[in-house]
Parts: sequence; C-alpha cells; structure tokens
Amino acid sequence: MARSLKKGPFVESHLLEKIDKLNASGVKKPIKTWSRRSMVTPDFVGHTFLVHNGKTFHSVFVTENMVGHKLGEFSPTRVFKKHGSHTAKVTK
Amino acid sequence: MPRLLGVEIPPEKRIEISLTYIYGIGFSTAKRILEQTNIDPNLRAKNLTPQQLNEIIHAITNNKIKIEGDLRREMQGNLKRLQAINSYRGIRHRRGLPVRGQRTSTNARTRKGPRKTVGVIRNPEAKAGKV
Repeated sequence: MARSLKKGPFVESHLLEKIDKLNASGVKKPIKTWSRRSMVTPDFVGHTFLVHNGKTFHSVFVTENMVGHKLGEFSPTRVFKKHGSHTAKVTK
Repeated sequence: MPRLLGVEIPPEKRIEISLTYIYGIGFSTAKRILEQTNIDPNLRAKNLTPQQLNEIIHAITNNKIKIEGDLRREMQGNLKRLQAINSYRGIRHRRGLPVRGQRTSTNARTRKGPRKTVGVIRNPEAKAGKV
C-alpha cells in the first residue's frame, strides 16, 4: 500500500539535516548513510551518497530521474553469481 | 471495413469486443467508451456509421487514452528510465529476471524463458591436479 500523501515523503531526519547543511554551504561531498529507506527528494539532486548495502558503501550520484525512489534501490545487496566464475578464481 | 485511428480493423465482431483489438483498450475501457457515445455494444463493427466511428475516435482522444505506438513508447520510456538510473528494478529488467521480488530458485519461467542447462566451465588445469 502506498504511503499517505498527507505525510509527504519519508526521509530520515539526520540525513535531511546533513543535506540542508551541505546545500546551505554549497559544498558537495559524499554523504555516508545507512538509511536505505529514505526517499530521494529534489534537494538530493547533484549530491553523492555512499549507501550501505550491508557490507560496503555503494557510491550513488543522484540525478533528477531518481527523485521518488528510495536510496536502497541503488545499492544492490546481493552479488550475481554466474556459473564457472568461482572456478576461474581457482586459476590464480 | 471500419478503421479507427490508423490501422485497427476489427470487422465481424460486436463493437464492444472489436475495440479491444486496439492495443491499450481492454474490455472495460471499450464498454466505457460505448457508454459515453451511446452506441449499442451489440452492434457489429462493420455496421457502424461513419458518424458513430467518429464519435468513438473522439471519445478515445478526449479521454486521453494512450493507445498503440504512444503507449508502447511510454512503457519503453519508463523501462529506459529505470535502467538508466541503475535502480534495482532496472537491473532486474536488464537481466530478464522477475522485477517484483518473486522467487527465482524455481519457477520464474515467464521471465527467464525456456530452461537452459548451464554446466560448470572447468579450469582445464584443475583436473590435472596442477592447481
């Protein structure tokens, strides 16, 4: 079920604070975050996020098209394993 | 031969049904259109007067129903966007795997297509015991 429009998009408050600070000062530096559940709002555009995927931080540069998606959608949590790829590693 | 908005030619069937041959118009949309234009849904498509055909065309364009090429283009655009921003859904589309979290260990044959056996590509030296 979709979220009620009345509440507006969900963004973790600490993340929002950081964005506001960066936007006010005008500097762009990557923001490390664990908050995969935060929605990308228009303020995020142009910033780089390091989104945790459970193991490492995945660098995500936010563009206009990404507005409305959640940060976690851009940081895959699973590794796609092909057949034979692990045997190739044995070669080393 | 009735012709609606380009190439659509559904002739011997009831208009209610033949409208659904247009890509983007299903049964309920067809019924809604006919209700608005006050056309008997039991009429055969070939028996419609040019005026009635015009009314149907008007109803489709006025209701902003996307059909055929426009609809296909829109859907393609949506897909492209998901893939361009590298979202999870886009990646699943690219791989041809189910997009909405279904299991893939078994089933998922609609997305994956016919079963193909994948053997392990062995490192030839592994057998000789050199590794």
